[in-house]
Amino acid sequence: MKSTPRTSSKKGTSGDLRPGDGAENRWNLRLYVAGQTPRSLTAFNNLKQICEEYLKGKYHIEVIDLMENPTLARGDQILAIPTLVRELPQPIRKIIGDLSNTERVLVGLDIKPR
Amino acid sequence: MRRQSRRNNSKLEGLQKEPTGISGFDDITLGGLPKGRPTLVCGSAGAGKTLFAMEFLVRGATVFNEPGVFMSFEETDEELTKNVASLGFDLNALIAEKKLLLDFVFIERSEIEETGEYDLEGLFLRLGHAIDSIGAKRVVLDTLEGLFSALPNEAIILAEFRRLFRWLKEKGVTAVITCERGEGTLTRYGLEEYVADCVILLDNRVQNQISTRRMRIVKYRGTSHGTNEYPFLIDENGFSVLPITSVGLVHDAPTEHVSSGIPRLDSMLNGKGFYRASSILISGTAGTGKSTIAAHFIDAACKRGEKALVFAFEESQNQIIRNMRSVGIDLETCVKKDRLRFQNARPSSWGLEVHLAMIHKIISEYEPKVVVVDPITNFLAVGDPIETKSMLTRLIDFFKMQQITALFTSLTSSQYEIEDSEVGVSSLMDTWLLVKNVEANGERNRGLYVLKARGIAHSNQVREFLVTDHGVQLLDAYIGTDGVLMGSARSSQLAREAALEVERQLAAERKQRELNYKQELYEAELLALKGKYETERDAILRELEEEQTRLKLAADQRLEIARLRKADTIAVQSIGENGAKTRKGNLR
Repeated sequence: MKSTPRTSSKKGTSGDLRPGDGAENRWNLRLYVAGQTPRSLTAFNNLKQICEEYLKGKYHIEVIDLMENPTLARGDQILAIPTLVRELPQPIRKIIGDLSNTERVLVGLDIKPR
Repeated sequence: MRRQSRRNNSKLEGLQKEPTGISGFDDITLGGLPKGRPTLVCGSAGAGKTLFAMEFLVRGATVFNEPGVFMSFEETDEELTKNVASLGFDLNALIAEKKLLLDFVFIERSEIEETGEYDLEGLFLRLGHAIDSIGAKRVVLDTLEGLFSALPNEAIILAEFRRLFRWLKEKGVTAVITCERGEGTLTRYGLEEYVADCVILLDNRVQNQISTRRMRIVKYRGTSHGTNEYPFLIDENGFSVLPITSVGLVHDAPTEHVSSGIPRLDSMLNGKGFYRASSILISGTAGTGKSTIAAHFIDAACKRGEKALVFAFEESQNQIIRNMRSVGIDLETCVKKDRLRFQNARPSSWGLEVHLAMIHKIISEYEPKVVVVDPITNFLAVGDPIETKSMLTRLIDFFKMQQITALFTSLTSSQYEIEDSEVGVSSLMDTWLLVKNVEANGERNRGLYVLKARGIAHSNQVREFLVTDHGVQLLDAYIGTDGVLMGSARSSQLAREAALEVERQLAAERKQRELNYKQELYEAELLALKGKYETERDAILRELEEEQTRLKLAADQRLEIARLRKADTIAVQSIGENGAKTRKGNLR
């Protein structure tokens, strides 16, 4: 696997985020993982792919490794790994699983209507 | 060789147990929960799962100095803190001391979209972090259903649970995991198969509109444990499990006696009263004075300086004190000296087991020497006769084990059923006094007799007794030709008897007088006869004298004649002698 994402905490992977974008156009996504397991890598790759396809230029992904920062699990009430939290736009949404079901991810992120 | 030694080792070590500190629970589990292993506590809603789990942590923190983590899926930290404050647990203080950590896991299902495979590593990490941050030895997860309802994929959660339990074991924490009870199964998702080491079932059953909390150890691998259903209480001191089973017939039998408080009743019981640590039943219909006899018994105990405890199921403390004062028994002083306590409750307040549990609890706190239960028949209203008998058996056994002399009163509804209805418990009693109303001649009177008294040579008489303003008075038995007479019949009979007595007395005096008269009469007669005899005797003697004088005179005359005729003196003499001789011979 060549495109290994950096899974250290609080380090974001940004798309082409142009300055001056309105808040409604900004997508802040947080992916919670626990160590570099195959499943978390799959999740990250799936997320990256979906974002590139549907949210190109207006997303920001933050990968949080709970192995390193277990206290952060409390803040977003994380149980399942991996969990994707859509911080922005409001309201907060949570998606669990490795994001392999693209349809459901899109529904979960409100990119596609339910 | 190696296998052998390992087996030996495991035998020596056995299963380590972690005392919970929950009163009574460590007794029935013979030490507590399996140390370093997860235990499943299941029960339906409101069974007390959360409180059990919380007390396990609180006792751990306060008594055994073992920090604990409480991970809740249902209640927030604030709710939990408030809820257990009523049990006297100050969670905030424990949290400040880092002896307790509350972690509320909130999951809103509507917020969650499932998009592929996942695991619960987040939960593990979170829990692991919580455990490490305070060095927790005890962990509670409350309740698992919270998770199931939050996450959609049951198969994943079940698999993750299996992993969780393994993980908890590896962590070496003693864990309590609560879960809802399923329909016909212990847990809704068959979790007991995974945990397997120890499964505890909490139950809150309603019978006759009275709920009773019960606990049962369904499974406890590698150790023996109590298998019964144990009632438990949740009160201001928290959880208490009461291992109330029949202790069997191994209690001591003291030969010491205790007074019944009524001297004449004692004298009916071989002059000594009841045996210490025996059980006494007083049965009778309403208003026969059962409670008054019981009050005497209490009063006597207090005067001996022993502590007494009364379980009153019909009257309030003040009512009893007032009523007993009216018959001259001062219980108030006993209460003031703390030699007497009352426990008043309606039987229907709790189930039988809870009553038993309460009695246990109070007795272990107060340690009385004498206990009165007034009346036991009210328990029948709570449970069926079989249950009641089982409960009373255990109660009596418990009293005996504690060397408590226990007096029970029993209300019988009808005069005819007195002995029938008591069969259930009477066989358990050592002494059975029966008080009954005897109705005759338009009045009711009280009678008392000793139906049985094991090991005491007792009177078999029916005694009438009166409730006077200075207590119970046993009267002499009056047994006439028509049976026992009581009340006015007895007193009129006594009056009749008194009259008869007087009459007899008079008759006797009359006879005596007659005798005296006769004596005097005969003595007088005797005197008269004697006089007569003397007179006659004198007369005869006089005649005899005269005769002799005459004879002498005649002889003199003959001599004189002879002399005058100048007869031979000798001839005269011999004639005289011969004559006398001849006479003599004739007489012979």
